[in-house]
Amino acid sequence: MSPAEIREEIIDILGDIAPDENLDELVDDVSFREQLELDSMDFLDIVMELRKRHRVQIPEEDYGNLASMLTTVTYLEPKMRDIVKA
Amino acid sequence: MYDTIIIGAGMSGLAAGIRLAHFDQRVCVLERHYTIGGLNSFYRAGGRDYDVGLHAMTNFARKGTKRGPLAKLIRQLRFSWEDFALAEQIGSSIRFPDAQLDFGNDIGLLESEIARHFPSCIDGFRKLCLTLLDYDDLAGDEPQFNLSARRVLEGLIPDPLLREMLLCPLMWYGNAREEDMDYGQFCIMFRACYLEGFARPFKGVRVILKNLVRKFRGLGGELKLRSGVSRIHVEDGRAVGVVLDDGTEIAGRRILSSAGTIETLRLCDDISEVDVATAGQLSFIESISILDKQPQDFGFDRTIVFYNDSDTFHWRKPEHSLCDVRTGVICSPNNYRYTSSEGNLPDGVIRITTLANHDRWSALPEPQYRAEKIAQYEAAVESAVRFMPDFRRLTIATDVFTPKTIRRFTWHDNGAVYGAPDKRLDGTTHLSNLFLCGTDQGFVGIVGAILSGISMANRHCLVASPG
Repeated sequence: MSPAEIREEIIDILGDIAPDENLDELVDDVSFREQLELDSMDFLDIVMELRKRHRVQIPEEDYGNLASMLTTVTYLEPKMRDIVKA
Repeated sequence: MYDTIIIGAGMSGLAAGIRLAHFDQRVCVLERHYTIGGLNSFYRAGGRDYDVGLHAMTNFARKGTKRGPLAKLIRQLRFSWEDFALAEQIGSSIRFPDAQLDFGNDIGLLESEIARHFPSCIDGFRKLCLTLLDYDDLAGDEPQFNLSARRVLEGLIPDPLLREMLLCPLMWYGNAREEDMDYGQFCIMFRACYLEGFARPFKGVRVILKNLVRKFRGLGGELKLRSGVSRIHVEDGRAVGVVLDDGTEIAGRRILSSAGTIETLRLCDDISEVDVATAGQLSFIESISILDKQPQDFGFDRTIVFYNDSDTFHWRKPEHSLCDVRTGVICSPNNYRYTSSEGNLPDGVIRITTLANHDRWSALPEPQYRAEKIAQYEAAVESAVRFMPDFRRLTIATDVFTPKTIRRFTWHDNGAVYGAPDKRLDGTTHLSNLFLCGTDQGFVGIVGAILSGISMANRHCLVASPG
């Protein structure tokens, strides 16, 4: 997956977790917590959805990398590079 | 082999099941009773639908709210706001002999009532509301949890009558401890009842349960009714599975139990004795009257009335009698703001809850049990009509359920509605793969129970599990 495809995938996951949010206006370098009021339960869901959909494992100590779209895509890029987008 | 075996198909067990099944675990929910719901179940009698526990769903929030327990559970279980179809309360009251306070789903009403009737206490009340906004009740490790709510209130609210009045609804809707309340539980209930408020689906609790079951099954979860767990099989300090009442053995990697702390430990075959002294004591009888008039047509527009017939609120098990009707809760499921397409319920309904002694009810031989149901129903209604219009001549049918009934639905020792007074907030037990959820983990009420299932599933069954 390219960084753009990873971003699209994260948007899809966020759409599941927070269906009432308008994700078109998401700013990539502002934290999810600030823009979407995501809490620790929601972050767990991003991790779990990535594991469910792509078998990507994210250890608990790395959860901090999921703060914003920018840091998330940067963090996931090496892990998802070889995944072919369905 | 299941990834997780869940004991109990109440709100917490089903919610936990949805979380785990959604993330591809093989999950089985085992329920002893022939129906789902636990305390929040429903039944049909004489051609009418009844709810067991539900007066009101607390923690109301309007569609689109981002914070708070209801928003959280809708997100976590991938529901939509419409799935719950909640109608807001019209308004509720706390009625003592010399004072009455009205409250609704906007804290402003209670605040203005207190400013009017208890002007010396309004500053303290506002301060209390502010401290509550910061209280994080989901973390489960708040150091102040076990403080005495009465002590904390004494420091803020100078008038003892107002303290009693504020505590009355909160204890009625979620306090497992006699007389006093843990400050943490007080904060949870204050937010649930006063800051967020009451609502109800038009068709009652079955709407919520059916949604939970449909989602759980749709994700591949298995639900087995009439499947009581008689034993949790333990080998080398780990739970390895359960044995059902009929002898069937089921293996699982971990077990999440909503049966209650003592009730769960008693099932473990590595434990020979459990300390029953720590069981909850508070149980209720519910006296239900079906009326040939809507309550608003005879001048009763309250959703819930919490009454107490003296200035001191007594919250304890009646020791020497079957029931204690000095305090009670009156609820009319008619008095919600249903949509015009829903209309209103076909009959008028008044439900009255009063305190009861489980052991005394259970010791009654059958003919006496039936006679006492009638006698105690009459005593409860007679007490309640001091605080609302007398509806007795409008009654066309009645139903009563007792601590014996509550035990049948919940399997809690003593028919303890809110379980044991000492909660296990982290949900852990003496076994590394046996966890608690539901009433004895700490959260009560429908929203609380669902969140308990979610948070314990997340914490112990998802995060820790290898992929």
